[in-house]
Amino acid sequence: MTRPRRVSLFATCLIDQFFPAVGMSVVRVLERCGLEVDFPEGQTCCGQPAFNSGYHPEARAVARSWLKAFASSEVVVAPSGSCVSMIRNFYPELFHDSPSELAEARALAARTYEFSEFLVNVLKLDDVGAPARPGVVTLHDSCHLLRELKLKDPARRLLAHVPDLELKEMIASTECCGFGGTFAVKFGPLSSALADDKLKEAVATGASEVVACDMSCLMHLDGRARRSGLPIRCRHLAEVLAGES
Amino acid sequence: MGLDQRIDVALENLHLQQALTSVCRGFYTVREQAAAAVPDWEELRSRANAAKREVIENLPRYLDQLEAAVKARGGQVFRAVDGAAACRYIGEVMSRRNVRTVVKSKSMATEEIELNHFLEHAGVEPVETDLGEYIIQLAGEAPFHIIAPSIHKTRYDVAKLFKEKLNVDLDPNDIPGMCALARRTLREKFLNAGVGISGVNMAVAETGTVVIVENEGNARLCTSVPPVHIAVMGIEKVIPRVPDLAVFLKLLARSATGQKLSSYTSFLSGPRREGEPDGPEEFHVIFLDNGRSKIQANPRTREALYCIRCGACLNVCPVYRKIGGHAYPWVYSGPIGAILSPQIQGLDAEPKLPFASSLCGACREVCPVKIRIPELLLELRQTEVETAPQRHTWERLAFRIWAWTMQRSWAYELGGLMARWLGDSMPLGPAAVWAKTRELPKPPANSFRELWRKRGSRP
Amino acid sequence: MSEFAREFTALGGKLFEASDDAAARAYVERLVKERGGPAIAARRPSVERLGLQGIPWYAGRQDLAAANIGITQADYALANTGTLVVFSEKGEGRALSLLPPIHIAVLERSRILASLDELLEREPDFPSRSSAMVLITGPSRTADIERTLTVGVHGPGEIHVVLLG
Repeated sequence: MTRPRRVSLFATCLIDQFFPAVGMSVVRVLERCGLEVDFPEGQTCCGQPAFNSGYHPEARAVARSWLKAFASSEVVVAPSGSCVSMIRNFYPELFHDSPSELAEARALAARTYEFSEFLVNVLKLDDVGAPARPGVVTLHDSCHLLRELKLKDPARRLLAHVPDLELKEMIASTECCGFGGTFAVKFGPLSSALADDKLKEAVATGASEVVACDMSCLMHLDGRARRSGLPIRCRHLAEVLAGES
Repeated sequence: MGLDQRIDVALENLHLQQALTSVCRGFYTVREQAAAAVPDWEELRSRANAAKREVIENLPRYLDQLEAAVKARGGQVFRAVDGAAACRYIGEVMSRRNVRTVVKSKSMATEEIELNHFLEHAGVEPVETDLGEYIIQLAGEAPFHIIAPSIHKTRYDVAKLFKEKLNVDLDPNDIPGMCALARRTLREKFLNAGVGISGVNMAVAETGTVVIVENEGNARLCTSVPPVHIAVMGIEKVIPRVPDLAVFLKLLARSATGQKLSSYTSFLSGPRREGEPDGPEEFHVIFLDNGRSKIQANPRTREALYCIRCGACLNVCPVYRKIGGHAYPWVYSGPIGAILSPQIQGLDAEPKLPFASSLCGACREVCPVKIRIPELLLELRQTEVETAPQRHTWERLAFRIWAWTMQRSWAYELGGLMARWLGDSMPLGPAAVWAKTRELPKPPANSFRELWRKRGSRP
Repeated sequence: MSEFAREFTALGGKLFEASDDAAARAYVERLVKERGGPAIAARRPSVERLGLQGIPWYAGRQDLAAANIGITQADYALANTGTLVVFSEKGEGRALSLLPPIHIAVLERSRILASLDELLEREPDFPSRSSAMVLITGPSRTADIERTLTVGVHGPGEIHVVLLG
């Protein structure tokens, strides 16, 4: 596709309400790449929580609102692999009984991208002018980003161009962090045990930060790290690229 | 003990946690290496998926073809609607032949129908001959993993078991010695058993050939030495034609243990023939249904029947890796267990099981027959909340309110404001559970959209 | 052939390339002497070529109770996996390559195939040949105790191939 000049940001409900700084970092990076960013105010959530819990009618209603909110967007960018996967891979399932909505969903999904995917695969930029960030980080591969969107490289390529930053891969970077949406509270102890395993491998790399492209994973890992008193911070890729300390 | 309690027990068992991590990572690493060495691995998976789709969508026809082919070569076929019927048939063979001892090779289908329990009740001694199954039989436990049933037992556990049950003292570090003891003890059973019972990895409909894949040699012994061989086969194990064998055999051992081929792959097409110096006089194949045709009848979940029981999904599953096989409600554990058990036992048996997954998708990636396990879990979740609403009254209400709110950005903003304002002191449900083991995120002063409005659309 | 040799020996198999039938026979007889009998042999064409003396032909499982060495034909070998293929037809049966702790398989060079695909192309009607066909890929093994590999559990722990021209 031709390089877009304007993108609509889908902040995602989690970032919008609880991690606004990550949203601002995303905007900063996109603007630094020469894009105009708009924020359709009708947006709320992609509907995934209800869908994953088996409540299809509720999920469908919220998905409809999402389609409406972004109906006139040329391109949508979202800093979340799991939200984009919901839109790209599961909206067809939600709307399979309704041909016109299905067509609408497919069309909009085709121009919706995850943040790292957008920078590397659409803008064709590995270097987004990130400020120097001396130190060691490790990357957690969020499950939906990795397996449903098939994205493993873009984040690594972007991090490789952050001056003074060393990326050390952890053992089992592709193992699930244990968040899993409502799984995190329906199976609290199990979910936290998985966070412990992930944090153990992260700390073992000597990294001072765990980076990922999904705030849900990071919120879960950070919550567990702070409760356990571990000396490791959790950062969204956008924050690293924007130069947030 | 419910699922949650069994999970807690597993998480608290530090030794089990170490064993699980080592087993799972060990297995998934060799599987990955083995798959990477096969240039057309993805194509093989697609072909296997297509072959299974063909069979499962036309199962009655293929079962008829298989039955005719088995009989044409002198074998006998019994169609068992459930476990009780299968056991009864086996019991009749035992009485007719006056059998006291049966040797068994590893078969999840026979675990499923609790055959050993039935045999013991009928006065017949069932002897598990697969080393892992032998160990858990001595311990009185269910299998811990689909292909490595005793992987949770340390060498010390095994030495202790052998001392208690076989009255033999062995150094726990003498693993070869323990294996030799099993070999000696079981050899005598092989040579004297009246019947050998095996499972079936796959059966070729075209030729009536039953295929058994193993490493130890015990399945070959069970199917070569006793005068009668009974093969218990889940009806989904059929494959159409001889050429399909190559596809499945290239996928199975590599997916299970990272081997190109297991030590022994047996192709059995009937009882012994004229001029063959050994082999069973009688060959029976039991077609076990036990709820499989119910699954087959549902087009949205029938791909669960494609499973070839390789265990690859267990090894990559973050949930299995923490809770192990015994936390699951039934003999099938891991991701495949999570989609089979609710369909065969019914969701009532353990309604939470389909939700005990983070939907990470690692299983889908490694399944040699491309079963979309996460999608099937989602399907089961939907079925659960829609067919058992009484179990989800509050959750349904919560999601209704949530959906109403999410369709109105003003309500959503208000809700977000309230959540941020309550912050750490939000005592309700999910936040309280979260806060048991994790810090809650610090509520920001403003939402993103408030900041966006403040800054205007240019920086 | 070299691929078969590589795969087979990597599995722990012992390969002897016989310069002629007499050398093959000498290898087998030496092995029987060194490791001890009793040895039993399957009356199949490749085995008969060796002209073994003093080793009885396999007649049934009662022969195997004490046997230490089983000598069988290998109907084919699969090079890419180091596999031996044995049909249970005529004098072969199922248990001779299985019960005795040492298995010697006599294989004619021309019978080495590339892979399982080739075997199934060559013998698409293999179920008609015999009631059983077995693919033997290395010695018997288990890793059921702590994933520690032990060789020679229920099947032979030692496997030899005598390769005839």
